[in-house]
Parts: sequence; structure tokens; C-alpha cells
Amino acid sequence: MNSALPPPGDIESGPDAGTFRLTGAWTTAHLERLRLRLERSPWPAAGAVRLQAGALEALDTGGAWLLQGLLGELRGRGLQPRLDGLRGEFTALLELVRERLGESVPAAPPPREGTLAWLGREAWRRAEEGLALLAFFGETVVALGRNLLHPGRIRRHALLESLQSAGVNALPILALLSFLIGVVIAYQGGVQLKTYGANIFIVELVTITMLRELAPLMAAIIVAGRTGSAFTAQIGTMQVTEEIDALRTIGIAPMDLLVLPKLFGLVLALPLLTVFADAFGVLGGMTMATLMLDVSFGDFLDRVPQAVSATSFLIGVGKAPVFAAIIALVGCYQGFRVSGGADSVGRQTTKSVVQSIFLVIIADAVFSILYSWLGI
Amino acid sequence: MAADTVIEVEGLRTCFGETCIHDGVNLSVRRGEVLGIVGGSGTGKSVLLREIIMLHEPTAGTIRLFGEETGDLDEAAADRLRRRMGVMFQHGALFSSLTVLENVMVPLREQLRLPPALMESVAALKIALAGLPADAGPKFPRQLSGGMLKRAAVARALALDPELLFLDEPSAGLDPVSANALDELILQLRDSLGLTVVMVTHDLDSLWRVSDRVAFLGEKKVIGLGSMETLSRSEHPLISTYFQGPRGRAAKEHAWAGR
Repeated sequence: MNSALPPPGDIESGPDAGTFRLTGAWTTAHLERLRLRLERSPWPAAGAVRLQAGALEALDTGGAWLLQGLLGELRGRGLQPRLDGLRGEFTALLELVRERLGESVPAAPPPREGTLAWLGREAWRRAEEGLALLAFFGETVVALGRNLLHPGRIRRHALLESLQSAGVNALPILALLSFLIGVVIAYQGGVQLKTYGANIFIVELVTITMLRELAPLMAAIIVAGRTGSAFTAQIGTMQVTEEIDALRTIGIAPMDLLVLPKLFGLVLALPLLTVFADAFGVLGGMTMATLMLDVSFGDFLDRVPQAVSATSFLIGVGKAPVFAAIIALVGCYQGFRVSGGADSVGRQTTKSVVQSIFLVIIADAVFSILYSWLGI
Repeated sequence: MAADTVIEVEGLRTCFGETCIHDGVNLSVRRGEVLGIVGGSGTGKSVLLREIIMLHEPTAGTIRLFGEETGDLDEAAADRLRRRMGVMFQHGALFSSLTVLENVMVPLREQLRLPPALMESVAALKIALAGLPADAGPKFPRQLSGGMLKRAAVARALALDPELLFLDEPSAGLDPVSANALDELILQLRDSLGLTVVMVTHDLDSLWRVSDRVAFLGEKKVIGLGSMETLSRSEHPLISTYFQGPRGRAAKEHAWAGR
């Protein structure tokens, strides 16, 4: 079909009064132009209108809709429109459009909601979300109790898999980032210490900040980004493809298979990752101390036992299981919140990462307050 | 090539690694006909469809759409061809983040320059044409039933008034009433818009009702091509077991009773 395209649709008045010729292609592409031409056409005030469609070259559903609308409008103005010479297939199309449009009443656009309604709905949504998270936490605890009573029910394979993916696979990136954080702290602090000639105190600066605060936090943030998001995406996709429902019908509790192994895996992995981050953070600080402050590795390591107590180390590592539980719970919870399709998976994954990092930092703050009360 | 041939497939060969599912497929589709593609599972019906709509490149052989060979088209030419075809995927493939109305407006917005209000009216028209109630427009795909999803997908496929419509399993998963309505719709569109329809289906009732010709895929090629009556009398063992089973016979009786 390489014939030239028909010219755009048009309407011409004449030759007699009340007679109009429809020409060219009445197709969707020319709708706007046609609509304007129709508006500007000199329609008579009363009487019969003859539309001669013999020269109409193409008509598609859009054009038929416009034509149908025109006939309706002319009738509405009290005129008697008549369509002549329309080709057989065009008549059938016009008929189809009339019939289908007749069946459906145009939908009213959904009413726009006011600011107050929006505020109320958002507040409700958030409250509901908080409650649902709490309910999910409760459900997990129940499932946890069930599993601890019957350790045989623990899915060992899934547990090992989540240890592998959340723990072992995160080692390289965690090592690199902790090392760099150690370098940055030593560098920033070292510049100040050097002016006072207190070079050796770099040991306190690096080890206390790393062991107590930064290593657990870094590990948690990386795990939230890497693993928490993966939990949400996995469970969410399974939700979309009805795999979760399939599990239920087979008699496998999704909690047992999907949530608890992840929770156990992360609670075991994150403290270990924290120790690993401790080591690389201190190594980074040590490297910087040697290069910039002339504190050799030997001097640095000699001073570590004096500089930092075992309590600081344990405090850091002790926070990790709590962070891990937050990340695993939020990740799984957001996965179960997925409903509908692909966009929902994306949305919940984003939420999962943001919420878990947010909650981890809140928990860290709570720990700080707690420790200062306890005086450790 | 005859002027009224819309699709021409010649010597098509498709291999995935070592296994070949097509070897020497020849097929031509005439303007204004409804062609059904049938065959057992795994005979490459959907792959053939994907190759014709330029989603998958065949290993060897040529496919001509409207006389143009698809293998050596540049992007612009391929886009021009795509504008002339509408595709309904098996599971609808509606964009889940958009409402039904917005889904139908996507091709309109991409390809035509129309004011938004007019575009909405045109999209609403397509939704009505596909037999959906107007209140389906503002709904999201996840809020629709299976039958309504299919109709919404048809509405999107029809958005640009294509000359060529591809349907992958249009009636799969539909209740008989919706399946009948969809058949009816296909026939009406064919008659009034002069549409050429290619559909992959297992639904024998719908093949009897709407298809002008049926291509039977098997043994890596088209082993039967003709009207349902011709095919159902075929002696070829694969074809006869397909059509002569209890379902095939019931569908045939049904079709004869309806005349």
C-alpha cells in the first residue's frame, strides 16, 4: 500500500444553502482541525442540513465519533441533518460507534479532594501503616515462638541462603567503605590533633568512633540498602505473581519460609559484619595515622587497649542485632504490602530502604540515651 | 507480491541455541482477513507472532509487512510500521501505574498531536468500542477483572486505528459470555474498519466463529492452511487429532448449529 495519503478531512458549504460536502480523510490525526472547521461552518438557523459524504476518502473511529457528535449536535439545535452518499463500510463504522457510545454513559471525572480531606487521608494512612507494622511485628514474634518451640520447623536451607547473600556477599563493599570512613576520620581529626602535637590521640579518635558508632551504623545502612531492598522486591514480586497465595494453599506459612530465615540470617550476620567493619575502619585510620601523623602501626596497636575498653566494642556489636531485626522486619513487611503490579514493587522497595534507615538511626539515638543513663 | 497481501513470511527459521522451533515457515496474510494461528504447545505460535511484530529477530528468513522487509529497516521506518499495527498481549501488558484511560492515551500521546481534552474523548471512545463501561476509564489495571483487562488491552491496541491487529490468546481465561463478546467485537471491527486480524488462540469456538483462514503450526512449519472446514477434514495426523478430539467436534457442532 504505497498510494498517496488522502488529504486531511474538510467540510465545505454549498453549492446550495444548507448543503455541506465532507471531503478528505476524517481520521484521528486530523480531529482537532476538523473540530475547528465544524465550529466555523455556517450552519443554518433552521431547516434541513444535507451532508454529502460521497467525497469522503477515509474514516476511522475518531472521525466517525466526530461525525456522530456533529449529527447529534445539529439535531440538538433543532435542525434536520441528513447524511448522503456515505460508503457502505463507513456507514457500518458510524453505526458501530453510535451503538457502542450509546451503551456507555460518559463517566463523571472523580471529584477533586480538598486540602483538609487530603491531610486527613494522609494522616489516617500513616497511622494505619504504623499499626500494620506493629501487627506484622506481633505476627513475627508469634511465628518466632512457634519456631523456637519446634526447632525442626526452622528452614535451614533458606537460613543459610540468607546468611550467604546478606552476609558473605556484602563483605567486599563493606570492607572498602569502612576503610574509607576510617581514612576520612583520621584525616579530619589528624589535622586538628597535629596543631596541638597530640598525634597519638588519633588512636582514641578512630577506635572509639568506629567501634562504638560508625561501624554498626555503616554496616546497617549498607545492609538496609543491599538486603532490605532485596527482601522487599522478592516478597513483593512473589505477591504480584500470587506465589505467596500458592505457598499458603500448599500449607507453608509464608512467615516461616520467607520472613523468619531472613530475620535469623540478618540477626546473625549483622554483628559479624560489624566486627568486620570495625577491623577495616581501624585499618583505614591506622594507614592515615602512619602516613600523616607518623604514628606507626606498632605504636597505634600498642595504645588500642588503653584507648578503648571492651565495653565500647561490645556496645557497638550489641546494637547490631537490633538494627538487623529492624531492617529484616521492615523489608519483609513492605514486601507484603505490595499490591497490584510492577510500580507497587518499586514504591514499596523505596519505602523499605527509607524506613529502615530512618528507624535504624532512631534506634541508634535511643541507644545513646540509654547508655548515657546507664553511664557506660 | 500481490497488492492485497499484508504480511508475508518466507523461509522463516528460528533457533534458540541448539533447538529450532521453526524451520521453513511460509505464510501470507491477506488484507481484511482474520487469520488464526494454532498448533500444539511449544510449536512457536507466540514466537512467530513476536517475530512478525518485530520484537524478536528470526534466525533466518524474511518477513514483509505491508511490502517492506522488516529485517533491514531503520528505526524511523520501523516506527512507521508500528503505527499501523496494534498488539494485544496475552496478559494485557497494561501499564500498571496508569489508569485504563491513560493507558489508551499513551499511543495517542506518542504518535499524534491532539489537545488533551480531545485525546481523552478519543480514548474514551476506544474504551467504549472495546465494550468496557465508561466507569472503567479512571480505574487502574489491578482493579479490573480478567475479562475487563483483555478489553482494556484491546482498547489500547485500537488506539491508533491500526490496519493490522495482533491478538495473542484473546479469549484465554475469559468466561464464555466475554469470549463471545470479544469475538463479536473482532468481527465488527474487521467489517467496519477493514482491519486485518492475526490471532494466536486455542479457542476452537472462536476459531470457528471469527477466522477466515487458519494456519496450523507443527513439525516446525505451517502444515495446514485454510478455512476451519478444510482443516478439520485434513488427514494429517497432527491436525486431525487437534480438531477431531471431543472439544474440536463439540466446537464444530456448535458452529454449525449457530448458522
